[in-house]
Amino acid sequence: MTTWLMGISVALLLCLGAALWRVWRGPTDADRLMAAQLVGTGAVGVTLPLAAVTDWGALDMALVLVLLAGFVAVVFVKYVRFRASNNQGDNR
Amino acid sequence: MKSESVTQAKKQPDMIEPLFDLILSALILATALAAVTGRQVFRSVIFFIVYGVLIAMAWLRLGALDVALVEAAIGAGLTGVLLLGALGRLKHLGQISATSLSIWFRVAMAFSAAGVSLGISWAFITLPEPVGLQAAVNTQLTIAGVENPVTAVLLNFRAWDTLLESVVLLVALIGVWSLAQNEDWGMRAGLTTHSPSDEVLTSFAQILPPVGLLVGVYLVWAGSSQPGGAFQGGTVLAAMALLIVMAGLMAPPRVGSTAVRLIVVLGPAVFLAVALTGALSGQFLTLPPAMAKALILGIELFLMLSIAATLMLLVLGPPESKAKQ
Amino acid sequence: MIGLNNILIFDLLTYGLTSLGLLFFLAGTVGIQRFPNTHSRLHALTKADNLGLGLIVLGLIFQADGWVTVAKLILIWILALLAAGISSQLVARVALPDAVRLKGNEIRERHPSKKTTRHD
Repeated sequence: MTTWLMGISVALLLCLGAALWRVWRGPTDADRLMAAQLVGTGAVGVTLPLAAVTDWGALDMALVLVLLAGFVAVVFVKYVRFRASNNQGDNR
Repeated sequence: MKSESVTQAKKQPDMIEPLFDLILSALILATALAAVTGRQVFRSVIFFIVYGVLIAMAWLRLGALDVALVEAAIGAGLTGVLLLGALGRLKHLGQISATSLSIWFRVAMAFSAAGVSLGISWAFITLPEPVGLQAAVNTQLTIAGVENPVTAVLLNFRAWDTLLESVVLLVALIGVWSLAQNEDWGMRAGLTTHSPSDEVLTSFAQILPPVGLLVGVYLVWAGSSQPGGAFQGGTVLAAMALLIVMAGLMAPPRVGSTAVRLIVVLGPAVFLAVALTGALSGQFLTLPPAMAKALILGIELFLMLSIAATLMLLVLGPPESKAKQ
Repeated sequence: MIGLNNILIFDLLTYGLTSLGLLFFLAGTVGIQRFPNTHSRLHALTKADNLGLGLIVLGLIFQADGWVTVAKLILIWILALLAAGISSQLVARVALPDAVRLKGNEIRERHPSKKTTRHD
């Protein structure tokens, strides 16, 4: 079980590494940002089996990661991309 | 569901854990390299954020959960917000340009950085394993008042360092505020942007902060017996407050308001007060073992509030009523 | 190895659910590399990865050492869903003008013969 769960963590770590290619490539900033999101989700995915294998206290770190996961996207849309109009893409 | 945990026969995971660490180290190096390469600033910032996440995992693998918590909150969260906010500000002012240092300077930098890394690695490999103070701390843990040795060291045995650090944070905030223009002094923190309200963002800022508040207080409370503490909890609270401000549900606080200044000063002030009362009854900054736990938790609670407020104001920046031309 | 149970059915469930979760994660990772435009990559990220995370959480629940751990695991997953949902909405709207601008070039670069189709 321990080896299996560590193996899952290793595989997820490799997926996380693959996302870095998308950060490098782009082509838009949104692509890079969503690759960063994947890194965040992937990090949580890596941490959970690690917590099961070593110390369940590591769940607190995953909790903190996931609380802050949405932040970078929020800052991105507010400060880095000033939207021209309020109704862009909004179909309410 | 299940009763007690039964320890399995020890299956040795020989290769898998070093494999994990190896891949993690390679990713950290690759991300660090990618962050300083290329001319696109946004890409470098994103790589830096990814770097923070990977370093947090490295701390986890090293068994330093308290540091991993801080790294996850600050390195992966607040630093990213800070850098992206700065990037947005620079774009708004039209001042984005990749630096134009000469190639030889960069090569020299690369070589010296590599040299330092190699030197540290060589020292780590060749020097004997240090004994450390863990045994000494563990023997004194009973009079410390808390079970988490990290908190015991930070808030009791070496409380002097933590007191100074909280004051340093305060000084940094004053430094950032002093960047404001004369006419902006005392105004609301941060760049005033007239952003249209977004319902998605609004609902996010209504759902997440209560959970974040709970987790933040939990981290401070649990910090006495398991990894956690004032800094970790305060950072999470700062992030939640930032979210509310960024979604437009709350105006950024006025830098000149008494309430803001009081909250920011409260943590270090309480810490200092406890230290001084210790001086009256014996030595400066000693906690009597009988009241140690209560005092530590009290200090941590006020520190949490101050750290949350200070970090939030640091990320928001100095008050700026209009973009400088 | 603290907290891992030795009950066979739980172990089997963990093996099965975590491998399924890994599969979805892999699908999401492949999707983020191979899909032709920003918005479809956003789909891959949001749907596949979070489902994979949920399955892994479900698998790990059977190895948990107490109800607090189970509650934390479920809370982590719910928060991950919340963050992913919000950020995908925000990023998708903001990325719209860029995607429209790039669409022609990008798809032509990857699939020379394919006609452009709108994903909605």
